[in-house]
Amino acid sequence: MVEILDPTGEREAVERPLAARPPAGAPVRIALLDIRKPRGDIFLDELEALLTARGHAVLRTQKPTFTKPAPADVRREIAEQCDAVIEALAD
Amino acid sequence: MPAELLALVKHDCPVCDQILPALDAAGVRVVSQSTAEETTAQAERLGLERVPELDDGLVLSQRFDPDAVPTVLLLDGGEERDRVEGIQRDRLAEVGRAAGVALAVGDLPAHRPGCASLTRDPVVARRLAAQAARRDGRLRARTIALGELEDVQEALHERGLTDGLPVVPPTAERVVAMLAHTSRDPQDLVGVVPPYEGRATVEKVAVNAVMAGCPDDALPVVLAAVEAACQEPFALHGLIATTHPAGPTCIVSGPYAERIGMAAAGNCLGQGNRANLTIGRALQLTVRNVGGSRPRVEDRAAHGWAGKVSSCFAERADDAPWPIGPLDGSTSVTLMATEGPRLIVDQLAREPEGLAASFASALQSIAHPKLVLAFDALLLVGPEHGRVFAQAGWSRERLRDALFELTRRPAGELARGAGGSPEGIDPKWISDPQMPVTKFAAPDRIVIAYAGGDAGLFSMVFGSWASGEIGSAPVTTRVEDWT
Repeated sequence: MVEILDPTGEREAVERPLAARPPAGAPVRIALLDIRKPRGDIFLDELEALLTARGHAVLRTQKPTFTKPAPADVRREIAEQCDAVIEALAD
Repeated sequence: MPAELLALVKHDCPVCDQILPALDAAGVRVVSQSTAEETTAQAERLGLERVPELDDGLVLSQRFDPDAVPTVLLLDGGEERDRVEGIQRDRLAEVGRAAGVALAVGDLPAHRPGCASLTRDPVVARRLAAQAARRDGRLRARTIALGELEDVQEALHERGLTDGLPVVPPTAERVVAMLAHTSRDPQDLVGVVPPYEGRATVEKVAVNAVMAGCPDDALPVVLAAVEAACQEPFALHGLIATTHPAGPTCIVSGPYAERIGMAAAGNCLGQGNRANLTIGRALQLTVRNVGGSRPRVEDRAAHGWAGKVSSCFAERADDAPWPIGPLDGSTSVTLMATEGPRLIVDQLAREPEGLAASFASALQSIAHPKLVLAFDALLLVGPEHGRVFAQAGWSRERLRDALFELTRRPAGELARGAGGSPEGIDPKWISDPQMPVTKFAAPDRIVIAYAGGDAGLFSMVFGSWASGEIGSAPVTTRVEDWT
């Protein structure tokens, strides 16, 4: 038998329950997160038009740069003010 | 408690055979480093009255730590007062008298050196060191037991712990031997590795460095590289997740590189040098295993490149046209997020201006000739090119500033549609097509290193990933902080 040392971070995954789903058909508050990839804003503009036409409230927000994770205050703003978030990933 | 004798022996030592009958006859407590079976056989072979006790876990041998057996110890209240290693007839009689034991030493030779203590066997010594490290908390990593029927390489690969190449199994013995090359506590935190925020302790980095095949003395360089990778300006999270091919390239500058046998001359970017190849690999294995990123899962590279297994070289110091490494004589690691290198040929330029113009034309093409201000460059100047700048008295900064100026192009040539290509600058930002636009955001976005073989009028250029504050900035750390 060979015994080796675990090379991983040995991090235990934290299980979190899914957030409650917004009721179908009812107006909800949706964050549109622009990750700052070129032309992501074009995609989000289209989405905003479609969502507001259906009576949903939209919060436009963005990351400072696509290369780094969204800062905590951006995530907190979305969590506190919105029911759901859509990210534009595309170039 | 009166003084007493304690003898340490082993079964395959002729000197122990020679002294054992006398010790046995005198009723001295004898403890053997060998197994029960070996010890019983030795007692039978020598016709001893009593079979020696066993030194379970070599606890007594480690405590008294003799170089040789037999060792006869004079203990007083459990504390050592005197010892005799091997056979020294008069000294044995002396410690016998001190303990009130009549040792019949008359038939023993005056002097005979003993055999190496089992604790001096390199394999045993490594095992004992590993056990001690586990006991005192220096080793805390979980142990993974692989079954007897498991092939170690296959098992590690199936568990997702490799980069696709075979690795050295990270046994506790190997990891502890490597940890001897840093004065840092094994539980010191080197960095937090994205994307899953794994804690890269010195111990965890050493485990991955062993897997990469690192020479033990390369550990301080790996630690400095991991520290650099985890600093915020390096933006490792994005570098892992990007579709761009870039990965960390590690430049080691200063005397420690030579001490551990790194290649800074011929084929320094190629195969054949263990330290270069394994330092870069150890960094990447740490990123993969501690941070948890996997190719085609969290790592979204469209192509990647071979340097994501390892990309590491040392700067060449002996004939450099400008100072190499920190001015205080220490050694640094500079980490930069780069794609693969490409050759720049100029076999005709003998003046710095002309050679700089050749470099500039190669630097223009990084990412795309019409994309500017978003990518940095790592220019690796080869010795035959470096000599041109040295002879003309050009500093690294002068070359860098010249390249910054030479890579300006008129805005109109960079516009979307120019040259038939839709990529480029949005025309709405261009008020004057003749206005020169720089390729790089600042002169210091051109990182210049010096390495390569003696012959060949060549240099190399690496393009970067998205650079600066919107991406990754080069990060430099000191190797000495980890020695």
